Amino acid sequence: MPQLTCDRLTLGYEGRIVSADVSFTVEAGDYVCIVGENGSGKSTLVKAILNLKPPMAGKVMLGDGLTRGDIGYLPQQTAAQRDFPASVREIVLSGCLNRIGHRPFFGQAQRQRATENMRRLQVDDLARRCFAELSGGQQHRVMLARALCATDRLLVLDEPASGLDPQITDEMYRLIKELNQSGLTIIMVSHDTQAALRDASHILHLGNTPLFWGTAREYEQSDIGRVYLNRKAVEA
Amino acid sequence: MTSIFNTLSHYFTFPFVRYALIVGVLVALCSSLLGVVLVLKRYSHIGDGLAHVAFGAMGVATALRLANQTVLVLPLTMACAVVLLWNSQHAKIKGDAAIAMMSVSAMAIGYLLLNLSPSSSNISGDVCTTLFGSTSILTLTPTKVWLSMGLSLTVVAVFVLFYNRIFAITFDEGFAAATGLNTRFYNLLVALIVATVVVLAMDLVGSLLTSALIIFPALSVMRVLRSFKSVVIASVALSVFCAALGIILSILLGTPVGATIVVVYIAVFLLFSLAGLFLGRTRR
Repeated sequence: MPQLTCDRLTLGYEGRIVSADVSFTVEAGDYVCIVGENGSGKSTLVKAILNLKPPMAGKVMLGDGLTRGDIGYLPQQTAAQRDFPASVREIVLSGCLNRIGHRPFFGQAQRQRATENMRRLQVDDLARRCFAELSGGQQHRVMLARALCATDRLLVLDEPASGLDPQITDEMYRLIKELNQSGLTIIMVSHDTQAALRDASHILHLGNTPLFWGTAREYEQSDIGRVYLNRKAVEA
Repeated sequence: MTSIFNTLSHYFTFPFVRYALIVGVLVALCSSLLGVVLVLKRYSHIGDGLAHVAFGAMGVATALRLANQTVLVLPLTMACAVVLLWNSQHAKIKGDAAIAMMSVSAMAIGYLLLNLSPSSSNISGDVCTTLFGSTSILTLTPTKVWLSMGLSLTVVAVFVLFYNRIFAITFDEGFAAATGLNTRFYNLLVALIVATVVVLAMDLVGSLLTSALIIFPALSVMRVLRSFKSVVIASVALSVFCAALGIILSILLGTPVGATIVVVYIAVFLLFSLAGLFLGRTRR
């Protein structure tokens, strides 16, 4: 049974349709990469998957016992966070909020979980530092640690490499790959088709039409895939 | 020094002075708690807008000759708070314009009603009191004191119980919603307590100065502190200190309570800004 089913979604914003008839399913352990031009509805799709903003038409269904509280999310960074007075520990711990039900406070188990994830992403020595004072790469790892506190099953990432220098980007992809190998399902929006093809099991290409949905190998062989990859290669 | 002490102890034999201090400190405490959230969510102007709405509601209550105005002012202000916070999410009229519109409308209607149906011969005195809170803090009835205490304790209890969730929606609402938090409910809750705090604060400093109580403590301590919990705790401590100092100074100097408290806040803000500069923690 798939963890996530998207059934004939129409994506768009401000009343304008950018991608229609988007259907795909995600099984446990998949690594799905969503590619496409700017404005093709990638972030809109992520919002639909996360139930932040309903799609213009169609349905998103969770399956395989997955609930909203089992999903982790790495958002694109917003300006509001940049001067926020919060320590790394406070932020990572807030990822555990979906594990305490209706209880008001975090318990030992959640503190432990936060500590483990900080260690896993090597930000444990920054625990008491202010988030706003960290470097871009460090901030990214903190946000990822928070996302991991929220989930053991499905992680959604929106442009995880945006604004990072190449070395840190590589490290980020390696980390995501490792997480996927440890059993976490990954759904990632990315500009970086090279990395997408290297690591992902499935590709979703959004755009006016035609859309593409299939495995990474099929994408390399497909017409749309070849055109898009060539263009990207030229741009690079 | 002894004479200051004597003057104070003389004043504190009057119950209304004690009431003023109790209510003042409680209001300062609640508003600084909320202030941290409002400042960080970029909602600072909502406190100000709501204070104007509360002024309008006060006008309506006066025109209706209500003995206990809070029963009308509080629900009306709450309703506007809900509309404003709701509106900031799916806006036809954009958030800041909606707030500006609502606050001037409320001011105009309130002033009009006060004039059409004057409850005393001194309308401008009444209006001035409502706007700047010059004497209302010293005319508190025991009922009002109990009511303020009850409301303040509720605000503090709600804030403590939902502290972790309030942090989550303040820091990153998108993440909180994506991982299953009912952000709509918590935004509503914040709107309701903001309205409560604004109505409480009106008696202390008047509606024009209310937002000072909300924003100054948070803005001051954010100059030097860098974790959410420390900012919350320090804001509360600072706010209680400033309010108490302001009230005592206004008694000693015979100055208007609200304005004196706000001036104390401004001085403290400047001190913290300086401290922030020395610690090298200015905003990038």
